[in-house]
Amino acid sequence: MAGAQERILRRRIKSVESAKKITRAMELIAASRIVKAQARVQAAVPYSDEITKVVRNLAAASTGLENDYLTARSEITRVAHVAIAGDRGLAGAYNANVIRATEGAIREHREQGRDYALFPVGRKAEGYFRFREFSIGEAFGGFTDKPSYENAREISAAINTAFLEGDIDQVDLIYTRFVTAGFQEVVLRPLIPLEAEVVAGEDEIITADERHAVAGYEFEPTPDAILERLLPRYLEARVYAALLNAAASEHAARQTAMKAATDNAEELKTTLSRQMNRARQDAITTEIMEIVGGAEALRSGAVATETEPALVDAGEAGYILGSDGT
Amino acid sequence: MSVHVELVSPEQMLYSGDAEMIVARTTEGDIAFLPGHAPFLGSLGIGVVRIILDGDNEEVAAIHGGFVEVRGGNVIVLTDVAEMSGDIDVERATAARERAQQAMDSEPTAEVEAALARATTRLVAAGAADEASLS
Repeated sequence: MAGAQERILRRRIKSVESAKKITRAMELIAASRIVKAQARVQAAVPYSDEITKVVRNLAAASTGLENDYLTARSEITRVAHVAIAGDRGLAGAYNANVIRATEGAIREHREQGRDYALFPVGRKAEGYFRFREFSIGEAFGGFTDKPSYENAREISAAINTAFLEGDIDQVDLIYTRFVTAGFQEVVLRPLIPLEAEVVAGEDEIITADERHAVAGYEFEPTPDAILERLLPRYLEARVYAALLNAAASEHAARQTAMKAATDNAEELKTTLSRQMNRARQDAITTEIMEIVGGAEALRSGAVATETEPALVDAGEAGYILGSDGT
Repeated sequence: MSVHVELVSPEQMLYSGDAEMIVARTTEGDIAFLPGHAPFLGSLGIGVVRIILDGDNEEVAAIHGGFVEVRGGNVIVLTDVAEMSGDIDVERATAARERAQQAMDSEPTAEVEAALARATTRLVAAGAADEASLS
């Protein structure tokens, strides 16, 4: 019967509607979290700015300083990648973009004959690389939507240990930089070694004046001792900033994806409703036709029995065709 | 004359303002910064930083490791973990200190010692313990 199609459509509309409710809720939640995540990114800026300045001044003041973190090792055999993605999906291409960038970077290093080490952050990244049997140094997860400084400390401690043991010679951070709620980009930033340009940032060059000012510093205890304590903190601050950026980006990506899903659900609902209405109208029309047909058949049948009982079938068919025309 | 001071932790800016004097404890010993201090960079241990606003008022913070930098007339305290005196839960800190003290008596390790120092610093910053208890 034609009503069956209507029922199926009604059921589909209901399921689309409930999916829409979920995506709508996720969209709103993500939108509210972007604001908070962005505030956290901003709150971390003073510390990371200041520590960068201190490292820069110190590195400039002690040019003769031989430090493992500051100068690239002569031979780089193994490069570590810290890939910061999310714990959960439903965020559009957010996780996929980070994973793709990481795979690309690993491939590039392999072509140059360097081994890789991998430190995935976020369960999605971990799952992807484990499934594909990449060798994983240490994986972190469970905090990507709201990372704390403690998390950054754990990650940088793991990297630090591997670096100091000589297991890895270079460390790159791969994460999604939060630009605006509508735009985020995957970036690869070298973490270790801290080359002069990296320490100085991208557009800041130490001026002669600054260098002179640096020369007048008093240190307590010695510059070397301070640098030794300072650099691990600096790494933590860098990792923390990356985690915060990634978290804000994840929420933004999720909001965009969920907004698209909600819009799609709305559109699908409209299309399905139209189909359902048409199906219902069809069913009603068919039903009316059947009733009309049936009634006419009964009437003509009664007439036929009275006059010529032997020709019931032919007469009925002819009657209906004739009555349709009039 | 006053000196601008900023107290910054990785997660947020804890304090920013002008002060008469800042007293901090580096790994080498206590140091005070007055306006016009020479450029300085020091490494801080676990201890209390006092920001003396004027004769009677001061802001106190418990610092669990960090750095202090004096540059261009500004004092910047970079700290891994810090709490302003107003944010410290005295009861919790007292309990933590007792626990640490007990652990210290039975099985002294560097970790326990640090925990004890942290708890004591918190209490000193909150004004619930004597400065002398910080050794």
